[in-house]
Amino acid sequence: MSKEHEHGMSLIVKTVTRLTVGLIFLYGIYIILHGHLTPGGGFAGGVIIALSFINLDLAFGGKVSAGIFSKESTGVVEALGALMFLALALIGLQYGGFFDNFLHPDGEPGGLVSAGIIPLENIAISLKVGAGLFGIFLTLIVLQKFESESKQ
Amino acid sequence: MIELYVLLGLMIAGAIIAIEVRNLLSAVVAVGIVGLGLSIIFLLLKAPDVAITQIVVEIAAVILLIRATLHRDIATKPCSSRPFGGFMAVLFLGLAVVAGILTFDGGLNPFGEPLMTVSEFYPLNAVAGTGATNVVTSVILDYRAYDTLGEATVLFTAVVGVLTVMRSRGRTKEEDLQENHE
Repeated sequence: MSKEHEHGMSLIVKTVTRLTVGLIFLYGIYIILHGHLTPGGGFAGGVIIALSFINLDLAFGGKVSAGIFSKESTGVVEALGALMFLALALIGLQYGGFFDNFLHPDGEPGGLVSAGIIPLENIAISLKVGAGLFGIFLTLIVLQKFESESKQ
Repeated sequence: MIELYVLLGLMIAGAIIAIEVRNLLSAVVAVGIVGLGLSIIFLLLKAPDVAITQIVVEIAAVILLIRATLHRDIATKPCSSRPFGGFMAVLFLGLAVVAGILTFDGGLNPFGEPLMTVSEFYPLNAVAGTGATNVVTSVILDYRAYDTLGEATVLFTAVVGVLTVMRSRGRTKEEDLQENHE
């Protein structure tokens, strides 16, 4: 079982994953960008994007997903998301208060570009949650296994 | 509402199986039953935001648990019965039942009419006030954005904690050097 997981799962699983993983990624982006219009939002969309990378890891073995999105870059992207969220909050101080919705009057309610800074906050949270969760996954599961094998 | 009780019974059965079964993989799958049932209950109660988050986090958690348990031979040993723990469990369960009877004696408000009338403000004013048609998002990212900042801080702390505790590579090199010196 362990040896099989190194090179990923069977050909059927790999083919199906190759077809569906892009759709899962796209669905995550849709959930994030429409977070202010339909159910969903930054948190759920970020976790879906992290799951698409985890799906790659399950099907093809850990080295593929860690090669696309390394542990160091997960840390960088997560910090970028956190800083973007804080920066949006701090820019609001210029206009009236912490987390002031300074872009609000732009756009019609129901349109993709509306609701002021809420879509931007959704994007920041999705970067933070997705990169953070995938970083935890890489650290806890994938890299631990590589290191324990390289010692042997 | 009968389907809610069916789902609740399924979730309780899944939780009991997760505790009682010997095989770790079966226990993780049984935990997954609890999460999926909960997400369907959220959908039936017309809370799709929570349902999406619940099912997505549940899948991630179950995959993490499966990958963590599948490759390690963690021996499960039956623990002996502890009379003190059983007594405390019965005591607290009894206290919870008594408190519930005292609290809900006069009957609950019907679903959709909460006791806290302050929450009526958000459905009436959110679209005009923030421009977001999803009222849940307008609450968590505009009216109560401070709470979201705290939640993001919790997640950030968790990630930093995992990355700090699990940095096995640097630690082992130092230990090797020390052993060579000795």
